[in-house]
Amino acid sequence: MREMTVPFLILAAVTLVGASAAMLFRGLVHCALALAVAFAGIGSLYLSLGAQFLGLAQLLVYVGAIAVLIVFVILLTRGGDSDSPPLSAARWPITGLMVAMAIFAILAWAVLHSFAIHTAGTLAPQATIRQMGTALMESYVLPLEVIGLMLTAALIGAVIVAMKENPR
Amino acid sequence: MLDQVFVLLKQWLLGHSPAAIQPGVSILLTILPILLVFPVLFALTTVLERKGLGRIQNRYGPNRVGFYGILQPMADALKSLTKEDIVPTSADHTVHFLAPLVLLAVAFLPYAVLPIGRNMIAANLDSGVLFFFAIGAISELSVFMAGWSSRNKYSLLGAMRAVAQMISYEVPLLLSSIAVIMAAGSLSTVEIVEKQAGFSGIFPHWYVLTPWGFTGFILFMIAATAETNRSPFDLPEGESEIIAGYYIEYSGFKFALFFLGEYLGMFAISGLGITLFLGGWSAPLPFLTWIPSWIWFFAKLLGLIIGFIWVRGTLPRLRMDQLMNFAWKFMLPMALVVVVSAGAWRFLPQGVIRWLVSVVFIAVAYVLLARGVETRNKIAKRTYRFAE
Repeated sequence: MREMTVPFLILAAVTLVGASAAMLFRGLVHCALALAVAFAGIGSLYLSLGAQFLGLAQLLVYVGAIAVLIVFVILLTRGGDSDSPPLSAARWPITGLMVAMAIFAILAWAVLHSFAIHTAGTLAPQATIRQMGTALMESYVLPLEVIGLMLTAALIGAVIVAMKENPR
Repeated sequence: MLDQVFVLLKQWLLGHSPAAIQPGVSILLTILPILLVFPVLFALTTVLERKGLGRIQNRYGPNRVGFYGILQPMADALKSLTKEDIVPTSADHTVHFLAPLVLLAVAFLPYAVLPIGRNMIAANLDSGVLFFFAIGAISELSVFMAGWSSRNKYSLLGAMRAVAQMISYEVPLLLSSIAVIMAAGSLSTVEIVEKQAGFSGIFPHWYVLTPWGFTGFILFMIAATAETNRSPFDLPEGESEIIAGYYIEYSGFKFALFFLGEYLGMFAISGLGITLFLGGWSAPLPFLTWIPSWIWFFAKLLGLIIGFIWVRGTLPRLRMDQLMNFAWKFMLPMALVVVVSAGAWRFLPQGVIRWLVSVVFIAVAYVLLARGVETRNKIAKRTYRFAE
């Protein structure tokens, strides 16, 4: 187990505070902004662990795109001004507790049986961007193409859904 | 010697500080110049811009404070510091307060990966270009924070316009940079500059001097203008339509911070354009290499700033549908063609053939796309969908 350094503690605190604020705030836009803080915290954690590409992609995709998308959805659907009461778990205490425990158990099982925890001590392989690029372009080129095709199809579908109907 | 004067100065100062605080001093000496130089450049640019716009519009511009109005920024700073800081009662106070701070912090971060001279970079990341765009993505959120928290219809409209525009133009911006990344084979800003450092004959190996690089540079600068919300893409703050967009409700020094953040963003993205296409700090001609590298960087930066001012003074503002049509129907396909053309350039042998192939690719695409944009814009009676 690596020791907990000060930067790690700060970033972890930012992530946790952001995530819990995203659940506890009343205004929807506040929740979305707090979620963006949590995303940024996770991205910075990746960066501090030396996973540059993952960390920057997390910032670019989650903070730059997903958070903005969430904000847009809130503003375009509900106005964002309505302070709706928070979805309270107090009405179903037992169900909530069971769901939380089940999720925790699954995550704990996955972490304890994961590949990484058994190979602790050996140095983790450093995946540079160049290695990732060659892997994507050589060994995994077919999955990449398939994903590209799927995303293109989804994009065209979205354009067709959003297209103005013919007035005729 | 003069080229490395700042690097040597930093090393000398580091050598004279006790070992215990050396890491801290090193960080301080790296960050402080960025925090000092670029705001000063901002102050100079405001004078330059107001003078330049004045000249274009046949008037004097600021000429009261100091010699030829050169001290105008000081007066502006004093004025905004002494003004009352008004926050609307119904505004969201926390978010309203945080928005300019987030914007400014985000505006300073990209300078970490800009090489402003030989060996003069704050953080030489392997994925510097990616870092630049990842940080740039956060500024969209700060713009939204400002617009939404003011609780003003105009500011919210401005913020929505700004975010929509920034997301749309980020695509051609990224794609035109991808062409350079492909040609250089690296995401590191330092390596990209080094790849462009040599000369063949008297011509430097800058990417802007290749057909795809030239087109990519133009696309990049158009997208950069839109990304920084500058005229003719200044719909988010169009004075005649939505007063001032997302920073209507900011006064005093917070408004000045927005202004500063906007200009810092403009300098940063110009700096990236210089790094990617204009050879970074390298000299344009072989017999000019004795001039220090940082002077070249700032000379190119000033050149681009003057270009921005010139464009602002001469072009009218676009309409929202024109803006979006231009982004998705012209810029995006053109940027894709540039990427393909750069790939062809990379793998064809040196000589006339690759020039020919590259030029033909771009010329054909340009003609076809321009024709498409033209025929779609049939001039007809304007119809309103929502206002009758």
